[in-house]
Amino acid sequence: MLALLAAGCATPGTRGALYDDLGGQAGIEKLVGRFIFEIGNDALIRPYFEETDLDRFHEKLTEQICEVSGGPCRYSGDSMVDSHRNMGVTEAHFNQTVDLLIRAMEAEDIPHRVQNRLLAVLAPLREDIIYQ
Amino acid sequence: MRKWKKSWALGLLLLPDLCQAADGKLLATPGVSQVEGSAGGGLVPWAMLAGYASRDEVSASAFATRVSVDDYRLEVWGAAFNWQDRVELSAAHQNFTLKQSGDEIRQNVYGLKVRLYGDVVYSTWPQLSLGLQHKRLKDPAIAEAVGADRTDHDTEFYLAASKLHLGALAGYNLLWNVTLRSSRSNQLGLLGYGGDEESSRELLGEASLAVLLHRQWALGYEYRMKPDNLGFAEEDDWSDFFIAYFPSKSFNVTAAYADLGSIAGEDDQKGLYLSMTGYLW
Ligand code: HEM
Repeated sequence: MLALLAAGCATPGTRGALYDDLGGQAGIEKLVGRFIFEIGNDALIRPYFEETDLDRFHEKLTEQICEVSGGPCRYSGDSMVDSHRNMGVTEAHFNQTVDLLIRAMEAEDIPHRVQNRLLAVLAPLREDIIYQ
Repeated sequence: MRKWKKSWALGLLLLPDLCQAADGKLLATPGVSQVEGSAGGGLVPWAMLAGYASRDEVSASAFATRVSVDDYRLEVWGAAFNWQDRVELSAAHQNFTLKQSGDEIRQNVYGLKVRLYGDVVYSTWPQLSLGLQHKRLKDPAIAEAVGADRTDHDTEFYLAASKLHLGALAGYNLLWNVTLRSSRSNQLGLLGYGGDEESSRELLGEASLAVLLHRQWALGYEYRMKPDNLGFAEEDDWSDFFIAYFPSKSFNVTAAYADLGSIAGEDDQKGLYLSMTGYLW
């Protein structure tokens, strides 16, 4: 319990298998770090993040992935609609970002079958993100 | 044969990185090219539109296919255009050869497909598309000889539903498609449309199931019901097992083992199906 709080999770919950397969809190933090690195290297997606507080983004996305993968966290960031408002993220840029996430998961040696399960729990968020 | 060589040469021109293709979709999600030129599996048109265009993009692709079974060979080449992932236009030229006699039957197929609803990956319900294939028989002599009702041209309509389930099969992505087609085409139309036994259209089911073994590899099975309108010979349903490789969003290649049943009195027509699609932009 203390360890969980120390790891930055607001509310302890039931650990899901996907959360564990992603390497728990430490694994997800590393994955998001790598994802940010991939974004920084991508001419198409980087401009969106030009004025973003990347420490906050790292923290919030880690929390969110922890939560949707069944980990002991509660997402405390803004809603997906609010976070992506007026960005006009297109379908193509959304998929480009998914490709970057896949690249990050590859770099972190997350197995293909675990990658797909994470994509499956993130996919429903798309409608709140594109063309806002 | 000469035409086939030409089409492979065309294919080589389309190899990866030579051309910049629209890439707004995820790898492999537009499927490949089916034998009548629509985006689909090998035999069945799917709800997905050809090419990687998202709703803000356009794309164009070209393909070449060869199916060689015991007594016949079918060569197809063609192209497809995708407008904003809403409308697909396609044109395909089929050349069917009777291996023993060397006789050829040629047919052109012009396709139109409109996406009605959804996204194969992201929407809750399957992606749904309505399509038509307008077929024009260039060599009607054999169709006339075997008792076809019409031997000039005919139009078929189909409704296709496709869905990819992320991680659904023990973590592997699973894709299914079901197509309902209204048709009276004898052996794709190569033997004309309608016949002495049945001249009107009927509703036929077609289905595909695929597992994406990795981002670049898909393994699957297809089944396509066929009409049986001609008295002179039985026409069987078709099926195939396929493996498709997607090295990039510019190019893919498919190999399949096809079982085309009885064709014009020759039973057990089985053999290799090979196809490749290149994406121009
Ligand atoms: C499933 C896909 C996505 C998820 C789960 C996701 C999640 C998030 C989260 C959790 C935040 C932080 C919210 C906060 O600060 O409270 C965020 C912010 C942001 N997202 Fe996304 N996002 C996704 C797709 C995208 C795409 C496709 C783009 C652009 C191409 C994008 C651009 C941004 C930007 C620029 C910010 C920072 C906004 C700011 O500076 O305040 N996101 N996203």
